[in-house]
Amino acid sequence: MEQHIKAPMDRETASGLRAGDYVYITGTIYTARDAAHKRMQEALERGEGLPLAMQGNILYYMGPSPAREGRPIGSAGPTTASRMDKYTPALLDMGMAGMIGKGRRSVAVKEAVVRNGAVYFAAVGGAGALLSKSIKKSEVIAYDDLGTEAIRRLEVENFPVIVVIDARGNDLYETAAVQYCSLQEGEES
Amino acid sequence: MVRNIDVADITQSIKEMCIEANHFLAGDMAEAMEEAARTEKAPLGRQILCQLQENLKIAGEDMIPICQDTGMAVILMEIGQDVHFEGGLLEEAVNEGVRQGYTEGYLRKSVVKDPILRENTKDNTPAVIHYEMVPGDQVKITVAPKGFGSENMSRVFMLKPADGIEGVRKAILTAVKDAGPNACPPMVVGVGIGGTFEKCALLAKKALTRPVNQRSEIPYVKELEEEMLQKINQTGIGPGGVGGTTTALAVNINTYPTHIAGLPVAVNICCHVNRHAVRVL
Repeated sequence: MEQHIKAPMDRETASGLRAGDYVYITGTIYTARDAAHKRMQEALERGEGLPLAMQGNILYYMGPSPAREGRPIGSAGPTTASRMDKYTPALLDMGMAGMIGKGRRSVAVKEAVVRNGAVYFAAVGGAGALLSKSIKKSEVIAYDDLGTEAIRRLEVENFPVIVVIDARGNDLYETAAVQYCSLQEGEES
Repeated sequence: MVRNIDVADITQSIKEMCIEANHFLAGDMAEAMEEAARTEKAPLGRQILCQLQENLKIAGEDMIPICQDTGMAVILMEIGQDVHFEGGLLEEAVNEGVRQGYTEGYLRKSVVKDPILRENTKDNTPAVIHYEMVPGDQVKITVAPKGFGSENMSRVFMLKPADGIEGVRKAILTAVKDAGPNACPPMVVGVGIGGTFEKCALLAKKALTRPVNQRSEIPYVKELEEEMLQKINQTGIGPGGVGGTTTALAVNINTYPTHIAGLPVAVNICCHVNRHAVRVL
């Protein structure tokens, strides 16, 4: 099913999304990848606040290439989400509503997604030029010294994603491949 | 006769090739992507393949890198043994080319100086350089920027001779299935069989630079390439990992003699952005 949603996202919107839905996101999302997650985790361990409130927000696992003059951003596709798995459950428990990345997530992340009624989206990996067209504004809001890994606030319009893990715990990667698998018995493992 | 080559020419070429490789796919890859979009059976898979086509078009027209991960620069240098380099150190010239290409070409700087301390070098240097001495007085340079979404899913298997070709089949399929949606399918699978631990990895890396429409000249290897491509596409992983009949565009296999006690197999996985630019000086 095709759906259009706003970001930040409330729990009701999240609960209406199903694994396999094609979704266009419009609104404000934030980037964070490996180094930014590590810093946020360290901040939490020290009892400090985070540079952005997690409640209702969607994090995009992405580190862009530099923007040419007159453009908001360079190439801007998703990075592999599993590298953030270690840090994700804590952020979901703080109210994070969704994540955009690519690739499989851990059992702990899936459980945290279900527990908090959140959603894991995938954007198409390796389509960074195309995806950059849906980003209208980009501004570094924290960890500027991390370069491409800084936290950015993005204004997006009809940013295309696919629901991979929905709030009920359905996982598109698990169900979709089975549907098209035609390997013989014994070749499965 | 010794032929002199100014290393400044190497720098200039590598700079241009870094920019070219990150914005334009080679003809064989572009064709394979078109073919996949025509034959994919899953509707969502087809939609993704069409997006990737559009992505390539935007990248070339607007000069936006095909993928934001513009890679670590892997440089393969085939140096004719009658060549003499002048004007500076070759290695410095190569890295200067990478530095200029990534800085002036608006490419992402993705290299950290130390694997544990992880401070970004801010100019994407150093490159990973492989030198090979060959006959003649020319230098063949291949620039292959390698993204790490797929590099992280690559594997080396030290099989036993008794594992044979069946073991190789299993190793390839295991690596591809483990990679799944993480490696940005449809992928290109480079395989090295034989040599030593490090040699098979280099064979696999070099296999990725062979055109995807060109099969091995060794009959059993050609058969294995075709068979494994078919099997990989039967896994159902599909474009973007969301299910479909296109999981890989090609399986390229290189072989090398090995030890009586061993059967090393390396599987170097590359995403659909299988980039390489080639020049002969």
